[in-house]
Amino acid sequence: MHLIRGLQDKLARISMLALALFAGLLVFLMAFGLFLRSRPILDSIPLMELLLSSSWHPLKGEFGLFPFLTGTVWVTGVSIVIAVPFSLLCAMYLAEYAPVSIREWVKPLVDLLAGIPSVVYGICGVLIIIPLIKDHLAPLFGSFSTGYSVLAGGVVLAVMVFPIIIHVCLEVFASVPYEVREASLALGATRWQTTKKVVLRKAMPGILAAFVLGLSRAFGETMAVLMVAGNVARVPRSLLDPAYPLPALIANNYGEMMSVPLYDSALLLASLLLLVVVLFFNVLSRLVLIRIERGIQ
Amino acid sequence: MEYKAHIRVRNLSVSYGTEQALKDVTVDLPEKKITAIIGPSGCGKTTLLKSFNRLIDAVDGIKVQGEVYLNGDNIYGPGIDVTHLRQKMGLLSQRPYPLPMSIYDNVAYGPRIHGIRKRRRLKEIVEHYLRESSLWDEVKDRLHTPASSLSVGQQQRLCLARGLAVEPEIILGDEPTSALDPTASQRIEEKFLQLKAKYTIVVVTHILRQAIRLADYVVFMYLGQLIEHGPARKVFENPQEELTRGYIKGVIV
Repeated sequence: MHLIRGLQDKLARISMLALALFAGLLVFLMAFGLFLRSRPILDSIPLMELLLSSSWHPLKGEFGLFPFLTGTVWVTGVSIVIAVPFSLLCAMYLAEYAPVSIREWVKPLVDLLAGIPSVVYGICGVLIIIPLIKDHLAPLFGSFSTGYSVLAGGVVLAVMVFPIIIHVCLEVFASVPYEVREASLALGATRWQTTKKVVLRKAMPGILAAFVLGLSRAFGETMAVLMVAGNVARVPRSLLDPAYPLPALIANNYGEMMSVPLYDSALLLASLLLLVVVLFFNVLSRLVLIRIERGIQ
Repeated sequence: MEYKAHIRVRNLSVSYGTEQALKDVTVDLPEKKITAIIGPSGCGKTTLLKSFNRLIDAVDGIKVQGEVYLNGDNIYGPGIDVTHLRQKMGLLSQRPYPLPMSIYDNVAYGPRIHGIRKRRRLKEIVEHYLRESSLWDEVKDRLHTPASSLSVGQQQRLCLARGLAVEPEIILGDEPTSALDPTASQRIEEKFLQLKAKYTIVVVTHILRQAIRLADYVVFMYLGQLIEHGPARKVFENPQEELTRGYIKGVIV
């Protein structure tokens, strides 16, 4: 009896340890797997050409990823440009101005936004943003657009990264000691002067980390962007042009036309790129945030 | 000895939510003297001090009743510009909190937010007040390094210079030496004794001996109530109230 209990305990511990190790290693396994599978294309076409060529003709054996990279950069860039001022001001209000009652109400609601499935954001984008761009915004600039565009992708992504940036910014603001604000207020500074010149400055590394975290989320987001960005494999020239971001390329095409040589390998290379970039941004911002949490600045 | 009152507190009550921090306090604080507010911790000393520059306004759910007169104006009355009021009072907090910027910018911060832009003028102000707080010689070669690189004692003197640079009438100290070592504390105390020629100084302290060394006037608080106040000599040598006597003898801590 005693022996069996001991054995059970041991078994449980070992199997849980194995699972935990596996979970921790998963990201490396994935990266390694992707690397192995993208070897064939890396062996036959130089990496620089893959990254910088604009011609994407899998049937002719041309796999230029440049349009997709620029598509991703455009859409992500637009989303960050929109998201940063809005979410920063929102976080500033909640952290510095709002009475506790409002803050405690709004915070969970903002966090809730982060949990909405991205396909829902996509649908909302198609139903609201697309017609808005097609019928109102594009004619305003005297140009034609189907509405499926860099701008639409950027707007939808911006809404999706709001909760991340706001949440992290709030934590960063909360880490600034109250007495620093008091010191500024006691000199006769207004709340705005205090927030702008003291709190913001003290919180800056953390705020930048929040932006980068939002950026990495926007960079890898697939579904919502795929639904509104237009998916035309061309380098976008303006906000109203369609774009074909990297994640959309992978999601749309993997599993089809797999008989085309190197096609599968090209898509997996794209995945690897995505993984590496997102991981890099993520790790970078988390390192900064951990430092702030520990009070090292 | 007659004192000219600078701050007059009338029936001041402050409560946070359900907790009453100050109960019906009425007292006059003399001009160009050092007033020490003493009492055991949690007695409302800091609340009283921070009610003078209305820093307690920012606390959630705070309620203030009564009046505080500064030069005859009720600072809790309508039409009072809080930023202007705060400019008249420099604050030294328990620990020095330099602003996240250089030594120079810390001192220039106040004058800048109040509209002084000329570089020459700012430079003069910074040097003058760094000298005034006896910090100039130690920092004149590194004015543009971060203020956080200074020692704690230096930081506290920097905070003093920063507060003086907005040309206040009053210096408020909230246990300003509690984070400092004895030497640094002594320097701050010496500074106060010099500064009282120009400023009204109000210091909250839990160090009785510091109060004895510094104070011209003493306010003794206990559990949110003002128990006794008067010229330092009188209060320390001949306290009228049982509680004051107990505190001074060290019975109530």
